[in-house]
Amino acid sequence: MRAMVYRGPYRVRVEEKERPRIEHPNDAIVRVQLAAICGSDLHLYHGMMPDTRVGHTFGHEFIGVVDEVGPAVQNLQVGDRVMVPFNVFCGRCWFCARGLYSNCHNVNPNATAVGGIYGYSHTCGGYDGGQAEYVRVPFADVGPSKIPDWMEDEDAVLLTDALATGYFGAQLGDIAEGDSVVVFGAGPVGLFAAKSAWLMGAGRVIVIDHLEHRLEKARTFAHAETFNFTEYDDIVVQMKKTTDFLGADVAIDAVGAEADGNLVQHVTSAKLKLQGGSPVALNWAIDSVRKGGTISVMGAYGPMFSAVKFGDAMNKGLTLNANQCPVKRQWPRLFEHVRNGYLKPSEIITHRIPLEDIAEGYHIFSAKLDGCIKPIIVPSAA
Amino acid sequence: MHPYTPQKPPLPRSTEELRDTIPGWGVDLDPADRPAVPRLQDRPGLDGGIPEPAERQPERWPRERSIEHGMLTPVFGTSCPPKGLSGRIRRLAYARYSEARAAHWLLLLGADRVDTLESTLGSFLGRQPDNLLAETGVRSELSHGGFSSRVGRGRADLVHQPLDAVIVLGPWVLAGYGAVTAVRRVARLRRTG
Ligand SMILES: NC(=O)c1ccc[n+]([C@@H]2O[C@H](COP(=O)([O-])OP(=O)(O)OC[C@H]3O[C@@H](n4cnc5c(N)ncnc54)[C@H](O)[C@@H]3O)[C@@H](O)[C@H]2O)c1
Ligand SMILES: [Zn+2]
Ligand SMILES: [Zn+2]
Repeated sequence: MRAMVYRGPYRVRVEEKERPRIEHPNDAIVRVQLAAICGSDLHLYHGMMPDTRVGHTFGHEFIGVVDEVGPAVQNLQVGDRVMVPFNVFCGRCWFCARGLYSNCHNVNPNATAVGGIYGYSHTCGGYDGGQAEYVRVPFADVGPSKIPDWMEDEDAVLLTDALATGYFGAQLGDIAEGDSVVVFGAGPVGLFAAKSAWLMGAGRVIVIDHLEHRLEKARTFAHAETFNFTEYDDIVVQMKKTTDFLGADVAIDAVGAEADGNLVQHVTSAKLKLQGGSPVALNWAIDSVRKGGTISVMGAYGPMFSAVKFGDAMNKGLTLNANQCPVKRQWPRLFEHVRNGYLKPSEIITHRIPLEDIAEGYHIFSAKLDGCIKPIIVPSAA
Repeated sequence: MHPYTPQKPPLPRSTEELRDTIPGWGVDLDPADRPAVPRLQDRPGLDGGIPEPAERQPERWPRERSIEHGMLTPVFGTSCPPKGLSGRIRRLAYARYSEARAAHWLLLLGADRVDTLESTLGSFLGRQPDNLLAETGVRSELSHGGFSSRVGRGRADLVHQPLDAVIVLGPWVLAGYGAVTAVRRVARLRRTG
């Protein structure tokens, strides 16, 4: 089959690879119809995530057709069209039994601090991902859902991560009616978090980034007020000014490990890999929110330490909520919101790229060329 | 400005206005409607019953694992078994250090760099030699507005983007420099000796 493979930092290619096989009676093999590149993939692509091996296939957002099922699979049949949450999870460990699917304890031998994620390095379990023609889906009775007839494919693929994560991020902000919510990052996750904040009754939604085309999207798609942090000497002071010097009630970090805005933080993390991640946005969130406020961290950081302003978080009595998104748990409610037209995820898709051109796809998304917000990958056999 | 008071700052748009203009405003106002609340839910198995423990996946090669796990998890990924020098470093990182130790992650990051060098050099001897330039996708700079996407846009990431080229090409320049110096040394030794 054709599959994207990682060749080293900033280098990927498509090559002939052995078709995945059933490794466990509960596995299915899915023929991928659409996949996406996520901001998280950039952390791998840039060589920041420990144990990212040459030859690994990325991709944790995908939909497709069931091509083969293991002997124990009951809920799926060959030919079913499925959407697959980015989490690999068993449905039967301590964590899954409590709805923490992203923290499953049965699927990642390499680390206990993170669950299993498709195509997301060995640190997340060593599963090849969906930027390929075929992918192995463990616990096929547990993770995937059949795509409802009324749902469009491009909405379905974004429900497997970006939309679910943005929506989850807004929820972890514990938003109450009339709250002011500041979202750092106007990528897919930030845009969806901003849009979802309104559903929870936010009174004000502010989005911060430095890319004008994304801020424009935040205004039109997410009805948000926007600030370009490069236009202010100090964005934290600006946030204080705009909230009567109180600070926002809620801040959401939708930036993660490669945050810009402080060269030392960025270079020591993203380029030199001396920190788990550049906590610029997280530190801005800590300092922008009011005392007693809540911070929701959706941005991903590596497993090493980062220079986080923990003293401020402690002195301000902040609540910090964070996790990888347990995607399937969001689905029933999110399906309603998509069906009712409250959320239309495919509106943020800017690029549709054939699998064969994935090296260009990664470069465009990574270097933020051509107004790119969300690239979708279309495999040749789809 | 007046001293701080207990009031919240007034909202730019009233609740009524928000409800009228933003589709779905407040539909999840009640935390009971939010799927992430409460954080810990009680749902043994997805469909109610107490599920059977997971069956074990066959271990086709010795699978490295975190020493913070009591055992190999019943299901695991089978991408890229450890190989070469990088594989030995990875095995050491897993066998010796927990996730709590920086050494664990630094060894793995080091192994990643070694893997890139090993695999790229190895590829030149195999059927699919690496094409360093094509694999970076820089071709899209021409087709997708490399210039217009950057210039005059005040982007904060432009200052460090040149470092990306150093990260991709640096090791090869160093390796090339090393090779050339070595060859020269040998040549000089031959001449003088
Ligand atoms: N928790 C989860 O389950 C989960 C799921 C998906 C993605 N993520 C993480 O969420 C983050 C965002 O994902 P994405 O797909 O939207 O990525 P993205 O790279 O497209 O978006 C990140 C945005 O942040 C902006 N940015 C950089 N520095 C900033 C700063 N200091 N302040 C404000 N904005 C800044 C960038 O310009 C960019 O627009 C990533 O770290 C990703 O790994 C987490
Ligand atoms: Zn993702
Ligand atoms: Zn589990």
